[in-house]
Amino acid sequence: MSASLEWTPAQVQDCIDALKHTPGALLPILHAIQERIGHIPADSVPIIAESMNLTRAEIHGVISFYHHFRTAPPGRHVIQVCRAEACQAMGGRQLEAHVKTRLGIDYAATTPDGGVSLEPIYCLGNCACAPNISVDERVHGRMNAKRFDALVDELSDSLHTQSLEVK
Amino acid sequence: MTVRVFVPCDTTALSMGADDVAQRLLDEAEQRGQALELVRNGSRGACWLEPLVEVETADGRQAYGPVGAEDVPALLDQGLLEGRREHALALGKVDDIAWLANQQRFTFARAGITDPLSLDDYLAHDGFRGLERALALDAQAIVDEVKASGLRGRGGAAFPTGIKWQTVLDAPAEQKYIVCNADEGDSGTFADRMVMECDPYMLLEGMVIAGLAVGATQGYIYVRSEYPLSCRMLNEAIERAEAAGYLGDDLRGSGRRFHLEVRMGAGAYICGEETSLLESLEGKRGQVRFKPPLPAIEGLFGQPTVVNNVLSLAAVPFILDRGGAAYAEVGMGRSRGTLVVQLAGNVKRGGLIELAFGTSLRHVMEDFGGGTYSGRPLRAVQVGGPLGAYLPESQWDLSLDYEAFSGGDAVLGHGGVVMFDDSVDMADQARFSMEFCKVESCGKCTPCRIGSTRGVEVIDRIRHDQSREANLALLDELCETMVDGSLCAMGSMTPIPVQSALTHFPDDFLRTVDKSTQASAEGEPS
Repeated sequence: MSASLEWTPAQVQDCIDALKHTPGALLPILHAIQERIGHIPADSVPIIAESMNLTRAEIHGVISFYHHFRTAPPGRHVIQVCRAEACQAMGGRQLEAHVKTRLGIDYAATTPDGGVSLEPIYCLGNCACAPNISVDERVHGRMNAKRFDALVDELSDSLHTQSLEVK
Repeated sequence: MTVRVFVPCDTTALSMGADDVAQRLLDEAEQRGQALELVRNGSRGACWLEPLVEVETADGRQAYGPVGAEDVPALLDQGLLEGRREHALALGKVDDIAWLANQQRFTFARAGITDPLSLDDYLAHDGFRGLERALALDAQAIVDEVKASGLRGRGGAAFPTGIKWQTVLDAPAEQKYIVCNADEGDSGTFADRMVMECDPYMLLEGMVIAGLAVGATQGYIYVRSEYPLSCRMLNEAIERAEAAGYLGDDLRGSGRRFHLEVRMGAGAYICGEETSLLESLEGKRGQVRFKPPLPAIEGLFGQPTVVNNVLSLAAVPFILDRGGAAYAEVGMGRSRGTLVVQLAGNVKRGGLIELAFGTSLRHVMEDFGGGTYSGRPLRAVQVGGPLGAYLPESQWDLSLDYEAFSGGDAVLGHGGVVMFDDSVDMADQARFSMEFCKVESCGKCTPCRIGSTRGVEVIDRIRHDQSREANLALLDELCETMVDGSLCAMGSMTPIPVQSALTHFPDDFLRTVDKSTQASAEGEPS
């Protein structure tokens, strides 16, 4: 995640201008904004609406319809846990419970240090190697509590290093 | 001599550490002064063997798997680069692995053999032969070939592809579209992903042929956002195909044109429904449209549009190359050609299994699957995704074809088979079906939007032993309302897994669940 909390209207305008002439441009534009800024800021909605000649309600309606779009900045890492049937068959429900306990947060939340956001997901398409999670869009198959803890330790180490570098 | 070593690069192999294996191989070989050429191939679909490393020898490719990075030094010590079979992970010749050899691969013939993005590899393995033939035929002749194949929509609805194409061909319009539905949201399915990650040119070829067949010059592949690797592979493949004249304004010097664009979905299961997908492509909320008009008459931007699943389009190059009759030669009854089974969940040897229609579900689960991963007894199987029935042992002998499954109140769908051992609580599964519908409903029609919420509540009351009989009757009525009153398959099929669980596993609904444990099973933010 190269997400930054700071964004400028010019960044949003760039994303819009690059794509607005393609047919059915709104989803590609929203993807571009989220890719660039890390989320789709509420204040970007009027800019999109104005440029696309749509109402703010229409833009909001589209953003809120799709699970993928987020309106608040995510943590530095995003962990998604598959809740769907193939993973359930391999102990997915127990894994979900462990993940929540270990991170100390529920779905749609971010750890207090801003390190990890947790999201539910319905199928990562790796169903013969269940249960699955993804970390920053990278799928990890045959997940279990022990391997999850090791992954989280790795993430916290890298977070710690990053914060040292900043200092 | 430099030895060619293959380490797959699809999501499954990567999820099991293929990148680490590849890096370790390069590092260790360098340290030992051994020369190797690393090829990142697609996956053969034997997910249980991933990462499956292959080494090219005079005697064909030798296989090793599942390989972990930590196994690499010992494998090299024991002659991996010479293709020797001393190490415990040696599997012998890849072509002799029974799990692969016993399949009948029409669509996945190349998967795992080639570098997915290499045009040379694709061409060397019969690639673009279907397109070359299509370019020499008139539109009606292409449609006739697809009709002759008996191909039916692999997304789940099983509508004859040739008839759909005929409708679009016959619809007069300035602009027509080919839309590929790659919103593979069903749990237990990954065949579309494997096409896109392991043999993307095949999908491109199928779409160009479809364009020639119906007179469409623009195509879109709508890929779910959960598949970022598929998007990257397709975009790269499109760029290379354009450069080589297989896409663009002048297809192989024919003067015909076809352009292709990848569009990413945004995490909405409902966008796998074709009209909702079209709304999404148009930049709107993915809400289902009323039918008629059919998308074939008024589809994307109001124009005649072919909407086909990835697997339907991926079957087309074979059909044009070998002829519709060659495809139709295998199969069962009205289900012609091959079915791509995706064996998943609690299974020992899971993966992608392509077979002629007509084998039994049990054969696939036992002979290919080898039983459950946990080693506990198999108890229930969900076939056809989250809207498919849970099947008890009495139905495991069903033949894998569309008619046999619908005759057994079951759904073949997109071919996903998810196995559950005896630790499954079928009341949990029924509740989840309703909960999933609640999360993913587009909200347009009431039976689906409200019915799913009420469904979760009613199942909870049954499990908490509150007026059990009355609530069971209520659940029946609710399911009936959803089946009869919903606008699309999401609402009308969600009752299928619920009612199959109730019918075949009634005892699971008799256990009373403690409220505190129920709360912790709840997936939403509390």
